[in-house]
Amino acid sequence: MLTKRIIPCLDIKDGRTVKGVNFVDLRDAGDPIELAQRYAKEGADELVFLDISATEQKRKTLAELVFKVAEKLNIPFTVGGGISSVEDVDILLKNGADKVSINSSAVKNPDLINELVAKFGSQCIVVAIDAKQIKDNWIVHLVGGKVPTKLDLFDWAKEVEKRGAGEILFTSMDNDGTKDGFANEALDRLSSELNIPIIASGGAGKIADFTDTFKEGKSDAALAASVFHFKEIEIKDLKTALKSEGIPVRI
Amino acid sequence: MNLVIIDYGAGNIQSIKFAFQRLGINAELSNDSKVIRNADKVIFPGVGEASSAMKKLLASGLDVIIPDLKQPVLGICLGMQLMCNSSEEGNTNGLGIFDTEVKRFRNAVKVPQVGWNKIENLESDLFKGLESDFIYLVHSFYAPKAKETIATSTYGIEYSAALQKDNFFGTQFHPEKSGNYGAKILENFISL
Repeated sequence: MLTKRIIPCLDIKDGRTVKGVNFVDLRDAGDPIELAQRYAKEGADELVFLDISATEQKRKTLAELVFKVAEKLNIPFTVGGGISSVEDVDILLKNGADKVSINSSAVKNPDLINELVAKFGSQCIVVAIDAKQIKDNWIVHLVGGKVPTKLDLFDWAKEVEKRGAGEILFTSMDNDGTKDGFANEALDRLSSELNIPIIASGGAGKIADFTDTFKEGKSDAALAASVFHFKEIEIKDLKTALKSEGIPVRI
Repeated sequence: MNLVIIDYGAGNIQSIKFAFQRLGINAELSNDSKVIRNADKVIFPGVGEASSAMKKLLASGLDVIIPDLKQPVLGICLGMQLMCNSSEEGNTNGLGIFDTEVKRFRNAVKVPQVGWNKIENLESDLFKGLESDFIYLVHSFYAPKAKETIATSTYGIEYSAALQKDNFFGTQFHPEKSGNYGAKILENFISL
């Protein structure tokens, strides 16, 4: 049986791991390679490296860091942040990334998804979507949640799937940093309307939040940062608790 | 140990190279038929789309060289799929080493399958000393159970997680990304 994935996210800025509260006010939480290895050892199923400064600063790649991580890490990892071309992806994959995630560049140029899928395959293309609830609608946002678009989350997610993306990483801007749980209603709707894996992001604060997102949100994977970086939740404890709730996990 | 990873432009081979590096083995990347034929062990990787990968094999003549190899060969993911008779992905023929047809998962499950699943019914020296455990997979197509099946996994249906015919081995999963357990499988391959 396929297990539910626990994915620590390492937000990277200037080669260091950071985690912002609602994406502002960054805190330093360590060396990415050291953290990556620690997470692999503790039972993380996968890692995500996001260069959160990339979109604004137009940073092209994290190739050097990716190479060093790939050298040490024996579990899969995804790299995102500022990826806007076939060439960007090519460099990251060649340096050892297993998957890449694209966000703003896909919204600006949706054909990029098709181009990447045609060249590299669906299995390594993750589309990250940041969205915020405005009145009754979930609206896709760009630049770390600062810039609203006209896109509806569910319409965009369906288009992303149609264009061939292998997975969707959905971050609720309303939940991110609150430690009050994931956006399970929206996640559940995504899972029922789409047939590709959905990674839940934004809002993890306690173990029950993970249980809820797998049970109520039907999420295939759950991503979190600070609760892991600051050892508020140990992955081992988390997985033991999930297992006791009947959720399939790799232990 | 002369280990060669076939480099035919289909996907990320750096992680496979690194996985062997962690085992203290320096793998050579090559698409040269002579280098491949002379290797002690051969890795046949592959990610991406089946029909375009097959075209690359045909263009380079590797479609003839690979089935003719006598040393242990390990196909990984798409590499394994291309060693089968055919694939529904792009309706392409394969190398015909494993007598089975690669199919797409039906939509009763999410496609692709991404993540860690269990391999069971282990029946090969590739899994020597190993019990059933979790491995990492990412794939939309699968090889059904066949007479060459040496490990199974279940995602909606039970399928071949690994295949073997004589000196040819194939894993649908990524041993290079399957933690310490995957590393042990690669070590076993090296020891064959």
